[in-house]
Amino acid sequence: MHQLWTTFQASWEVILEKTQEHIYLSLVSVVLACLIAIPLGIYLSAHRRLANSVITTVSVIQTIPSLALFGFMIPLLGIGPKPAIFALTLYALMPILQNTYVGINGVNPALIEAGKGLGMTRWQLLWIVQLPIARVVIMAGVRLVAVQTISMATIATYIAAGGLGDIITNGMSMMDTPTIMLGAIPVSLLVILINILLLQLNRWLTPKGLSDKKTTVSINTHAKKRRAAL
Amino acid sequence: MGQAAVEFQQVTKNYGSGNVLENFNLVIPKEKIVTIIGPSGCGKTTLLKMINRLIEPEAGSVLLGQQDIGELNPVELRRSIGYVIQQIGLFPHMTVEQNISIVPRLKGEKKEHLVARTAELLQLIGLEPEQYRGRYPHELSGGQQQRIGVARALAANPSIILMDEPFSALDPISRVQLQKELIKLNEQVRKTIVFVTHDIDEALKIADVVVLLKAGQVIQQGSPKELLERPAHEFVREFLGQERFPLAYSI
Ligand SMILES: Nc1ncnc2c1ncn2[C@@H]1O[C@H](COP(=O)(O)OP(=O)(O)OP(=O)(O)O)[C@@H](O)[C@H]1O
Ligand SMILES: [Mg+2]
Repeated sequence: MHQLWTTFQASWEVILEKTQEHIYLSLVSVVLACLIAIPLGIYLSAHRRLANSVITTVSVIQTIPSLALFGFMIPLLGIGPKPAIFALTLYALMPILQNTYVGINGVNPALIEAGKGLGMTRWQLLWIVQLPIARVVIMAGVRLVAVQTISMATIATYIAAGGLGDIITNGMSMMDTPTIMLGAIPVSLLVILINILLLQLNRWLTPKGLSDKKTTVSINTHAKKRRAAL
Repeated sequence: MGQAAVEFQQVTKNYGSGNVLENFNLVIPKEKIVTIIGPSGCGKTTLLKMINRLIEPEAGSVLLGQQDIGELNPVELRRSIGYVIQQIGLFPHMTVEQNISIVPRLKGEKKEHLVARTAELLQLIGLEPEQYRGRYPHELSGGQQQRIGVARALAANPSIILMDEPFSALDPISRVQLQKELIKLNEQVRKTIVFVTHDIDEALKIADVVVLLKAGQVIQQGSPKELLERPAHEFVREFLGQERFPLAYSI
């Protein structure tokens, strides 16, 4: 313990810097994945015939082991933060895409008919009815992805992308437990913190009329259980 | 029969497996409650949704006043026609007030106006405005939700309201109550109400005019009294139920 403290005092600036890199890698990847997957999911929910093949293709990425995916990046894009962000983004697409698609398709068809029949344009239907109701499910996907990306960014160190993985691998190569800990603890804290933050944000964003069990889409009960577990 | 609110002229509708409606003609009179009845699958919903262009005919035209609705902008058209669906379809993430005022809001009306209008409509359907405007749909009973559905259809002051089995999910008591209120409402605000129902008692009770359909054909159109006193076809007796016809009227 004492050893951990002295190592921390000696290297807190490095830890801070690596944490910043780590957050940068994860944040950019998650934001990029949202920017791609949410509009794509919305588009696919209106073009269901296309949806199956696209979702299947995207889900293939998910089956590639993460370390192998980073490996593929080296011949394709070289090393450094950019290929790492590319790989992390690819990995993050699927949960967001799927939740957006499921969330929007899960909206009760009666509400769509009511909206149309009352004179909403397609765009208004999307913004006034579909997205607010699907938001809970989409946000659950984003939260999953945020946690997954922060964990995965740890191995981005293998393609020289920086982040807290640098400290952990460094510690491992030196067989130095305190150093390993000083990489592992911040990563874990980061994951826990982000998870809590997004849960809170999710709760805060959930429209009041949807917070009752009866009216929410079934997937939300999953999120509820996790919420209760926390 | 007075002026026509809606007129079907030689309308044909085909979903791909034969014609549901073929060269269909119907005049829906203005400011009357018109109930549409007929066996399941005879085309009642199809007919109703053609009026607000949720369904487009393959041939023929539907006139609103003098205008062919095929030439109107569908979104504008729908905002000018009230629509109540069977499953109610209140937006769960919106309050009663937001639900009721949705069409005026789509039309870009001023906020101050909306608050007053909501209160007025809640009063009209028999719900205390201050108590109910802020509630969410899941905080209402089935009957109250149905009422809000009706209020929502009335909000933009349309001259025509389409209702597809609007009270079918209700218990008999709130159902009868809502039927009474609908009749009262129509005396107060004078709308053309096209009302599809499975319930023959309901159809005969609230209607000024009943339209009986079978397999996409109008079998008879007339006041409830006319149908009962001068059934045009054996099917009228069959469908309405023999017990409603005194023996003296048998054909
Ligand atoms: N989208 C559709 N695709 C194919 N066929 C359809 C579609 N909608 C309706 N139909 C068919 O058209 C016919 C008329 O349907 P419609 O919904 O108008 O009947 P309805 O009189 O409202 O019946 P119900 O009393 O059961 O509601 C039925 O035979 C139905 O199967
Ligand atoms: Mg129907």
